Amino acid sequence: MQSGTPTYTRNIDQVNAQERVTKLFSRSIKKESKIVALNTVLSMIDLTTLEGKDSQGKVKQLCYKAAHLHDQFSNLPNVAAICVYPPMVPVAKKALNGTGINVASVATAFPSGMTSLDTKLEEVKTVVAAGADEVDMVISRGKFLQGEYDWVSDEIAKVKEACGEAHLKVILESGELVTLDNVRLASDLAMAAGADFIKTSTGKVSPAATPSVVLIMLEAIRDFYKQTGKKIGMKPAGGVSKAKLAVQYLVMVRETLGQDWLSPDLFRFGASSLANDVIMQIVKQSTGVYQSTNYFSID
Amino acid sequence: MKTEVKTLDFNTDWEYSPALESTDHIHIQEPTDLFISGEFIPGVRGKYFETINPANEEKIANVAEAEKADVDLAVKAARKAYDNVWSKMKPTERGKYIFRIARLIQERAREFAVIESLDGGKPIRESRDVDVPLSAAHFFYYAGWADKLEYAFPGRDAHPVGVAGQIIPWNFPLLMAAWKIAPALATGNTIVLKPAETTPLTAMKLAEIIQECDLPPGVVNIINGGGNTGQALVEHADVDKIAFTGSTEVGKFIMKTVVGTGKKYTLELGGKAANILFDDAPVDQAVEGIVNGIFFNQGHVCCAGSRLFVQENIAENVISKLKERMETLIVGDPLDKNTDIGAINSKIQLDKIKMYVDIGQKEGGSIFQSPCSLPKMGYWHAPTLFTDVSQSHRIVQEEIFGPVLAIQTFRTVDEVIMKANNTPYGLSGGVWTDKGSKIFSLSKKIRAGVIWANTFNKFDPSAPFGGYKESGLGREGGVEGLMPYVNLV
Repeated sequence: MQSGTPTYTRNIDQVNAQERVTKLFSRSIKKESKIVALNTVLSMIDLTTLEGKDSQGKVKQLCYKAAHLHDQFSNLPNVAAICVYPPMVPVAKKALNGTGINVASVATAFPSGMTSLDTKLEEVKTVVAAGADEVDMVISRGKFLQGEYDWVSDEIAKVKEACGEAHLKVILESGELVTLDNVRLASDLAMAAGADFIKTSTGKVSPAATPSVVLIMLEAIRDFYKQTGKKIGMKPAGGVSKAKLAVQYLVMVRETLGQDWLSPDLFRFGASSLANDVIMQIVKQSTGVYQSTNYFSID
Repeated sequence: MKTEVKTLDFNTDWEYSPALESTDHIHIQEPTDLFISGEFIPGVRGKYFETINPANEEKIANVAEAEKADVDLAVKAARKAYDNVWSKMKPTERGKYIFRIARLIQERAREFAVIESLDGGKPIRESRDVDVPLSAAHFFYYAGWADKLEYAFPGRDAHPVGVAGQIIPWNFPLLMAAWKIAPALATGNTIVLKPAETTPLTAMKLAEIIQECDLPPGVVNIINGGGNTGQALVEHADVDKIAFTGSTEVGKFIMKTVVGTGKKYTLELGGKAANILFDDAPVDQAVEGIVNGIFFNQGHVCCAGSRLFVQENIAENVISKLKERMETLIVGDPLDKNTDIGAINSKIQLDKIKMYVDIGQKEGGSIFQSPCSLPKMGYWHAPTLFTDVSQSHRIVQEEIFGPVLAIQTFRTVDEVIMKANNTPYGLSGGVWTDKGSKIFSLSKKIRAGVIWANTFNKFDPSAPFGGYKESGLGREGGVEGLMPYVNLV
């Protein structure tokens, strides 16, 4: 990578990585620490809708929800961003005006990335011009698996350039990279090529974010920081729908990267239904009982 | 490549609240008497000693101390049970009893785990996830062998040895009791077991279970006490076999005592294992392995990876990662479910560890300790590592039996093999590399009973365990673990 070659292997031992995950996930998060964690999780959510049938109405509802998570509880934070398809960016931008909540748009022929580079760059420029604060691109997994690492790297660098001021999140689609060795290599490539965030998945491929993939990406971020001094963010996406799992990921972040990454500036959850489960847990912590899901808006 | 140091801040605003395991459900007998001939009885002279919680120095219970006369009673009970019942019982029936013990340990796993952590200081996540499940697994494993000895020793008849005197250490009290009792019972022997003086309680809980199982009286007897009690057991004329796990010093004494008496014996003693890290190893996972190798159970592990050898070209990276990882270790109340490192088992052991850390510094080693705050009461020691040490340093040569790691670097395979073997011990070792060929080549050349490849401190009832050289003789676990308890004819 750009500043000196690392003097150790990037091979990943899958069995031991899983064992580390098990150990981290067995932390017992209770009482005060749980409430703090749940609120932190809420503030890290990229509230997402990425469906072919998305309507302007749905995006507007989602934006309203982003700023009014559960009005019965006054002290809840807002989510970090709304994540939508490119045509919805102007709608979201308008709806979120004045809330401080970012608009993130997927781009580069999400989710497959199967189009020409020119088309991808054009798309990125369009969403940024429309007001997207953050761009979530996908890497070309076909090229990566072919071993065309320079090609993949160049593409990310060009997208980064096209982003201008907007933050770039690079989606590795770990489910298609299959091995942890590949996940590690792709993470290193993406960070060196200019990613501000690295992100596990599109949510359209199974498996999406898995705990061992997230751990390996966090460790890649740690090594990159050690080598370059740059703090790269992390975003697990897809498959994180329960508060408990989200809190377990916070434990993983805390014990891998520490204080600075326990913030929406450097850690996000890409999720659609996570927010409601977290709110439900917060309400339970204060009232002592679980309430019916009917009391939580489904936008 | 010299760059400015980028540090990570693990002193986070978000902290874990205490998550204490409840102690409401446990029951400890007060006083805790001797278990002889199926009954709990006080010692002949009615003497008691205290067992304390090393995390706060508070007394947990009074424990009956066995004198010579009590040892004699226990051996007599074992002899009677051997002659009249156990050696004559059908192997399938013996197996049923052992299965019953295994199941009851599982049923009362939580109680065992809590008592183990209270009495010995180890974190509840280890007693819960390692000690207790492995103990049950040992009984299950050897229960299965009870009626299959003809397959373990094809073409031979396996006869029991008789009365086994067993002495176990304080680092894995219940697990060591299981390692000793299960194979002895499966092969038709009767037992007098002496747990360590500082950790008698889980073995006595096991005695309660044995009573509940209706095991014939005298088949298993459990007596407590210190060195004198152990000596009386070793010297007793009617004991046919001694099984000992503990220090090399005591092991040598036992060997001298039993020589010429015709007693069989197995010894599982100290260690100073080499954990070897090559430059092609998966580094982040290997760092976990180093941590698990030396800080598991506060380093009170005879097979601990206490000598780390890192290939020179990756040493700087590995050591910096290791130090950072040590910052995230949680040292504290053993009953907190988030505790990684619990209390040191006893004052004596703590003093010994401190002495070695002192020696290490005086001999010129560079010390690093994780910046954790230690509780005021109780016996505690921060996870510690030394660099700038060599094979001639005492902290590299001698077993510390605490959370203290000595790190050296190496350049070639031959060099590291030579250094790894340059120790009077030979209990275990570890190799971290992505190359299978290197693993096979090294594991043949390192003279140790157990070699772990890309892992450390993993145990399974089916895997034999034991040492070379001053780490002992005989094997426990697996088919090999049956051998010390049978006479083949």
